[in-house]
Order: sequence, then C-alpha cells, then structure tokens
Amino acid sequence: MPAHALFRDEDLRFDVDVDPLVQSLRQVLPAEGLIVHEQGRRAYECDGLAPYKQLPRLVVIPETIEQVQVVLQQCHEAGVPVVTRGAGTSLSGGSLPHPQGVLLAMGKFNRISEIDTQRRIARVEPGVRNLAITEAAAPYGLYYAPDPSSQIACSIGGNVGENAGGVHCLKYGLTVHNVLAVKVITMEGEITTIGSDCLDTPGLDLLALMHGSEGMLGVIVEVTVKLLPNPLTKQVLMASFADVGSGGHAVAGLIGRGIVPGGLEMMDGAAIQAAEDFVQAGYDTDAAAILICELDGSEAEVADQMKAVDECLREHGATRIQVAADDQEKARFWAGRKAAFPAVGRISPDYYCMDGTIPRKQLAYVLQRISEISAAESLETVNVFHAGDGNLHPLILFDGNQPGQLEAAERAGSAILQLCVEVGGTVTGEHGVGVEKINEMCVQFASAEIEQFHGIKAAFDEKGLLNPGKAIPTLNRCAEFGHLHVHNGELPHPELDRF
Amino acid sequence: MADTDQTEALRARVAAAAEQGEPLSIVGGGSKRFYGAPVQGSALDVSGHRGIISYEPTELVLTARAGTPITEIEDALAAQGQRLVFEPPRFSAGATLGGVVAAGLAGPRRPYGGAVRDMVLGLRLINGRGELMRFGGEVMKNVAGYDVARLNAGALGTLGVITEVSLKVLPAPAARATVAMEADPTQCHEWSEGWLRNGRPLSGLVHDGERLYARFEGTASAVDDAVAAIAGEALESASADALWQSIRDHGHAFFAPGDTPLWRIALPPGSDPTGLGDQWLIDWSGQQVWLRGHPAPATLRERAAARGGSATLFRGRIEGVDVFPALDPVQSRLHRNLKKAFDPRGILNPGRLYPDAEIC
Repeated sequence: MPAHALFRDEDLRFDVDVDPLVQSLRQVLPAEGLIVHEQGRRAYECDGLAPYKQLPRLVVIPETIEQVQVVLQQCHEAGVPVVTRGAGTSLSGGSLPHPQGVLLAMGKFNRISEIDTQRRIARVEPGVRNLAITEAAAPYGLYYAPDPSSQIACSIGGNVGENAGGVHCLKYGLTVHNVLAVKVITMEGEITTIGSDCLDTPGLDLLALMHGSEGMLGVIVEVTVKLLPNPLTKQVLMASFADVGSGGHAVAGLIGRGIVPGGLEMMDGAAIQAAEDFVQAGYDTDAAAILICELDGSEAEVADQMKAVDECLREHGATRIQVAADDQEKARFWAGRKAAFPAVGRISPDYYCMDGTIPRKQLAYVLQRISEISAAESLETVNVFHAGDGNLHPLILFDGNQPGQLEAAERAGSAILQLCVEVGGTVTGEHGVGVEKINEMCVQFASAEIEQFHGIKAAFDEKGLLNPGKAIPTLNRCAEFGHLHVHNGELPHPELDRF
Repeated sequence: MADTDQTEALRARVAAAAEQGEPLSIVGGGSKRFYGAPVQGSALDVSGHRGIISYEPTELVLTARAGTPITEIEDALAAQGQRLVFEPPRFSAGATLGGVVAAGLAGPRRPYGGAVRDMVLGLRLINGRGELMRFGGEVMKNVAGYDVARLNAGALGTLGVITEVSLKVLPAPAARATVAMEADPTQCHEWSEGWLRNGRPLSGLVHDGERLYARFEGTASAVDDAVAAIAGEALESASADALWQSIRDHGHAFFAPGDTPLWRIALPPGSDPTGLGDQWLIDWSGQQVWLRGHPAPATLRERAAARGGSATLFRGRIEGVDVFPALDPVQSRLHRNLKKAFDPRGILNPGRLYPDAEIC
C-alpha cells in the first residue's frame, strides 16, 4: 500500500446505508448493471496506478443517459459519493473507487454517434477509445490529434477529465484544444451541453474548466471532437547526443529557428537501452540521449524543414542522425518511444511513472537532481521526455516485493515533483493529480488558491459527492503534509547556472 | 511609460472595495469599452500596471503585466521572429494584454491557429475578496488544479482582475501571401476545406460580399505552391497586410463607426453564412459572420441558434436586448455559483456579461 493515507477522515464523511439506494437502482438498471457482490466489485478496485487499491461500495454500469441521470439524482439525494471510470487507465488514481461510494463505470458508452466528414467533427460517447476515433476517421483522410501513449486503451471521457496530452501536443495541442463540446450530467442529474460546434460559445468558458477536472464537476456522457486532415507527408528523424544537455540545447535551437515539429521526444541512455532491447527500433544504444523529431506538412514544407533541422542538430553536437527511409522505419522509430513504459516494465519488477513539466532550459539540472534524488533512495530512474513541451516522465525503478522499496519510490517521486515546482514547473503535465499527487498540490498552490478550487468544486457539486478526496487537497491535508508552498521560479539559489 | 508593478495597490483597492461592497469597473486601455453591457462602478485602472516580466523565445513563453499595451508585446515578439498566433483585435492603440485576455477575442487566424484561451498558460488574478492568486504557469502542459487561467479568458473581468498573464507564443512564418478571387459566399467552407486538405497553409479566409480573400502563411515553398495553384489575383503585400489588419482591428469600411448595430454570429463549420441580414462580412471560413443593420434581434438569435450558432450584439446598444444570448437554466445556475465563488459580493464588473449581475 502507498505510504500516505489514500483517504482522510474528511473524505470519509459519507457513511450512508446504501441498501435503499440499491433497491431503487434495481428498478432502473439492467440486472448486470448493478454489482453488489465483492468478487464483482474487486475488478474495479484500481486503475492504471495499480499499487493503490480500494473496493467501491457498489459498481453501477449504466447504458443510457437517462440511467446516468437517475443514478446521479438518487446518489445526490442519498448523499452517496460517485467516482466515474472510463477505461481505467489513469496513472494518478483518478478513478480509484471511494470506499463509501458508487463506482460509475461508463464502459457501455462506447458508440461513435457521428463522423461528420464535411465539418470534420466526431460525436462520440465517453467510453470510446482514443485510437478508435482516429480509426473511424481514417477512411476519410482525417484523424483525432491528441495521442497519449495509452491511446489504444484509454477512453475519450477520461481524456477530457485529465486533459490528456501525447507526443504531438506542441504543434496540435492537448485535449482541451481539440474538443468542441461535452454533454454533461450534473450531480443533481440535470443535463447540459457545454460548448457547441462553433469556435466559441457565449458565457464563461466552462468547456476549459471541464478539461482536467478529474470527474469532480460532472459526468460526461458525450464528447464532440475536432478532426484534422492527415498531413500530406511526414518525416521522422532520430539524432544521437553524447549528453542530455546538448540534446536540450538542440531543442531550444530548433525552436529558436522557428521550427515547431509535429513531435519532438527525448529519451535518456537507460530508456534507449530498454526500448531497444524490447522492440529493436534501431536506436543508437551508444548515445546518452536521442531526440526523435517528426515533421509534417506538404512535401515542399517538410523538405525545407528537414534541411534546417539537420543543420541545427549538427550544430548542437548531434553525433549521429538517422532519417527514416520509409513508413515502416518511421513506425519503428516511434514504436520504441511509445513502448518505453512496457520496455521498462521488462527490466524492473515495478516502476513508478512521474509526470512533471519544467521549463525546458532546466532539463540538464533537473535530470542531474533526479539521479541524485533516486541515488539517495538507492533506486534508479529512466527518463523519457516530451522535449517540445517540457513534460518529463521519469520512471523510478523499484521492486514492490522488497520491503520499503515502494515507500522509497514514493519519497523519490514526491521529491522530484517538488523539484519541478521549484524550477518553475508543475507537478503534473498530463496524468492528473488524482490521489497520487494530492499532497504535492500543497507545494504548488497557496491556501487562497486551494480554497478557490474548492469554491469552484462547490459551484458544480455543493455536497462534494463527485470523486471526493481527489485532485484538490483539503487545507487540513496540507497542514499535515507540512510543506510550504514554494513560489514558482523562485529557486533557493537563483545564482546557480543550471544548464 | 515605465514598467511598474502595481499588484499590491490593485489588490488593496479590490480588498477595500470588497469590504464596502463597492462595484468596480475594470479598465485597461479602454479599447473594448463598447463590448459587453455597461458597468456601473468606480473605475479600477489597470493600465499603469505594465511591463514584460519575462520572455524566452526558445521556451515559446512570454509573461507580462496586464496593463502592458498589446502592441508593445507584439513588437517584442516580432523582434525575435515570433508572434501571438490568435491575432487579437486592437480596435485602438491603447489595447492591453489584460483586456485582450479578458475579452477573449481573436482575429482572422483563429480557426487555423487557435484562440486566446488556447494560448493562455497561466495568470495571476485578484478575486473579489481581494486575494491575489496564481493559476497555471509558464509551461505548455499543466493539469494541476482546475483550469482557472483559461476560464478567465473571455470572462470580461467578472471573476477577477487579471494582473499578469503567461502566453504561449509561436514562431512567425517565413512567408505569407494573399489571393483574391470571385466566389459564391456560401462556398467559403468548401474552399477552405479544399485548401486545408491539400496541405495549404491557410491562415485567413474572408468574403466581403464581392470577393473572397485567402491568406497563406508558412514556409516560402508552401506559400508559393499555394499561390501558384489558385486561380486568383495575388495581392501586393502592403495592400494584403492592410486588408487583414482592417479585418482584425475593424478599420475596414464595413465596420465604419455609426449608429448601426454590429452583430457577431458564430456558426458551425459548413453552415450557410448568408441569409441572416443584408449587410454582412464573412470571416473564419464562414464560422464568424459580421452583420450591420437592424435585423429583428429575437429572429436573428433564433436563426443563428437553428444553425447551431449564436448571435452577439457586438457593438451598439438596443433597448431591451442583451449583448449575449441567454444561457440554459443549468448553466445559468453554474455561472451564478461560480460568480459567487470568485466574487461573493458581486463587485467585479457586475453585469458586464449578463444583465442579471449575479449570473456574472
């Protein structure tokens, strides 16, 4: 079990007899849509953050919007918490069940309602997998841009809830930049459509607020996404560097030249080795870091940019540059990066994936500190990095069967997140806070900000029934965690040159 | 004017007003005073709180105080070969960063490059209790806490006084060109789609009632190819720049000052942008239509809604007509609750978004 308590006393204030709720839900749900027995609930006890486990009180699997409305109405009336779950791939415990509540599994909402090829819009149910949208759009030469590494499994409702990213964010944006509207059920069971098919909608930007809200504000039952035309051509190249600092400088160099690649990823030596052993992507295992750079656009555009990129990377000390010869090789270059997590899973019994974002210029300093932090806990880390947008995924290797190693990994993880805040970054770039990083939120935000977040939560969900104990810490939790809020960018020793 | 940090003075002023329940009307450069409903309140002048705090071209991030003139920011970016991709309308010389973000308005490049909110990475804000808070940050990806920064883009100062903003900025393209051609105004979307799907770097498409104007921005090769492939008249660069600036800042003759109301219609892609009024100018490949004249407001709003869009009374006041269309009951309640959460005494720009100041 994790080193810190998953739920605090104030998160466990919903001690309600659920028998009457079960009786009335039976009236509205199909027989298999209500799971009460322990064995059935067990299947839902964790999400992608597997060390964190919690049995829900009930599992509800609705099939229609009306059923979702009734479930929420009744839970609202009875004062029973609700945790919404899509594909269950959250890496931050966002859909970890609440011990006193309903786990609302949206898996049956898996239909693509409409692909409007003229308007380049797809209307989908929240349980539709991210990759399934692109697959459905592909025959029309279209695709859905955000592509988190879990895209084969993760669902679009969860993508909105976490504001999921991926490897093409710098150029094509996050989920929030690619969603036009969401249909939401409030905790009271009312339905409303936030956003529209237009580029803007009157009123406050509630659509932005729904993104990354981690199931705390409402239940999404439909998502309208923007589709993009496939780029006419793509080219992928891979550059090797003798140290990660040079790789970081090369990224700054590219952007300084006005090039915004479709994808720009960095892996350190340990990640290169693990990925190469796993998928034989043709990576340069002698390199201390590699950069994978994807350029897209028209033939002429890509040709121009390839030339500029090649020059720039050589200027910044690239020791080797490999250009993908054909589509298969392009796919292979990416396969290593996309398989980085499972590749690491082969070399270590367990790993703990972090998700800080930092100003890119701090990369060399942060990587140095990360290796010191893990060394202090006698652990190793492997680093993959969305280099274009500064989102760093250190994977801390540990063995959960060795006493104390999980706790050591968590301590190292917490220290890494605090380091990200110290250098002017954030504790989470795309995985969400969930239950995992809730303590570190106390480092990133001051009391007034945390109180403001609670005010927003109450504006949508007065009784605090949606996903209690996640994403936003109570001030009591922060007091106990005992860390002072670090002002962003105000380093303890600003005079030090860190790159 | 010198760079000055007036954060504390602004915060103290809001805190004092909160104590008295004194309504405040937030003013930057006053360039968008016409937009939104009029506010009765003491002026809170943010224009002295100015200056670029940090700008690192290779990080693609600029942070500046809210009172900084937007032209100063654009000049600083241009000197490094970068720009604000959303091309904010300036309307007049005084337009400030805070006003640009609070209004959330974007220029002709919006459908192809992104909106103001898309580029807001973080901001500092004084809420209606006089508390200074920071949301988001200076990094591209950040999902810690609710996205209060983007929520404030377009909120017209009803949730807080923006004191500082961090924006994602992007490299300016190497080349640009504009082509004019005769085209059926109902075909804007088809032209736009045809070009985009052929990889043309489209960055503006307007129809002024006589001709369709398309702007392309990108690498020299991509722009040259686009111009060569289109049967139209390539505009000379100075007049092309003047055209786009006149659309962006409303200097175009269509927008000439006068008593005639100006409506802004947002439409889904591919809707018929015509048939809503007699005097029109189509922007955003048909997704934004400007109307001059005196259409019956209720009918216009119904027609826009029937096409999946909405109509805003952008400039000019009409007795008994709200600037923005009404919200559904659920969202009215959410707006009301959010307003209370940020500004419990309702002192910040009360009524600027909706006449019932409690809604926002």
